[in-house]
Amino acid sequence: MMGQITPLAGYLLVAALVFSIGLAGALTRRNAILVLIGIELMLNAANLNLIAFWRYGPHPELLTGMIFAIFSIAVAAAEAAVGLGLVIQIHRHARTTDLDAINRMKG
Amino acid sequence: MSLIFYLIAALTVAGGLAAVLLKNTVHCALALTVAFAGLALLFLNLDAQFAGFAQILVYIGAVAILVVFAILLTKGSETPQGGVFSRTWLVGLTAAAAVFAVLGWAVIASAPLLPKAATPATAATSAMVVTPAPAVPPAPAVTVEQIGRALAGRYVLPLEIVAVLLTAALIGAVIVAMHEKEEAK
Repeated sequence: MMGQITPLAGYLLVAALVFSIGLAGALTRRNAILVLIGIELMLNAANLNLIAFWRYGPHPELLTGMIFAIFSIAVAAAEAAVGLGLVIQIHRHARTTDLDAINRMKG
Repeated sequence: MSLIFYLIAALTVAGGLAAVLLKNTVHCALALTVAFAGLALLFLNLDAQFAGFAQILVYIGAVAILVVFAILLTKGSETPQGGVFSRTWLVGLTAAAAVFAVLGWAVIASAPLLPKAATPATAATSAMVVTPAPAVPPAPAVTVEQIGRALAGRYVLPLEIVAVLLTAALIGAVIVAMHEKEEAK
């Protein structure tokens, strides 16, 4: 079965694996920064899907998937900056980044 | 599928696993850098040079450094008492495994519809393939000039929106992170 997978299927499987690893990290870790790391992994897996479909799609000369991935990288960078700023602020406020210990919405 | 793909894929997955599983948060950030590098190599392997180098610049150059800064600022490298995993880790692991099962099943089940490798006599298996030519296209010769023209022409509105978003994120991150200091004064 694995011997006859196509290149596109191989990239999609790697992306699915990285996405699942990121999801597992985001759902199981206690440190908020590790949750953000998991989210970054998931975003990167989506980017890999976009690039793979661009490369093996019918019209690579239109650059659609590549441009989509570049915009996705920019949005992910903005997300990382705001997310880590929030984590630093939560740490100042609650003196911890343990998500199991942060159980109040009201300060 | 070439050997180089398997090597890069193994590097990427190992980096991702280490980033999620290691106890020390700083080690996690370093493993995350390895995973980012592996993904950048996969992009380069897919003939997406610009996206690959953008990945290296943005993720390895900026996001990984940002993560390390956040870890050091929050003293996050200390292992908490109750272990590094949440109380509900089994639920999260089950959900992730279910997601991977669904994604993997979808990819494997749709494999006959995907473009085949350049082997003869495979075009007849799919009704969607119109031409009997090899379905894997040759590497598109994409120059940075083409990407620049696309960004400044067809995709100029998304480009402007991303510019506004990045400005808003810059200001927002500064405001969020500075708030406590104003109150302390």
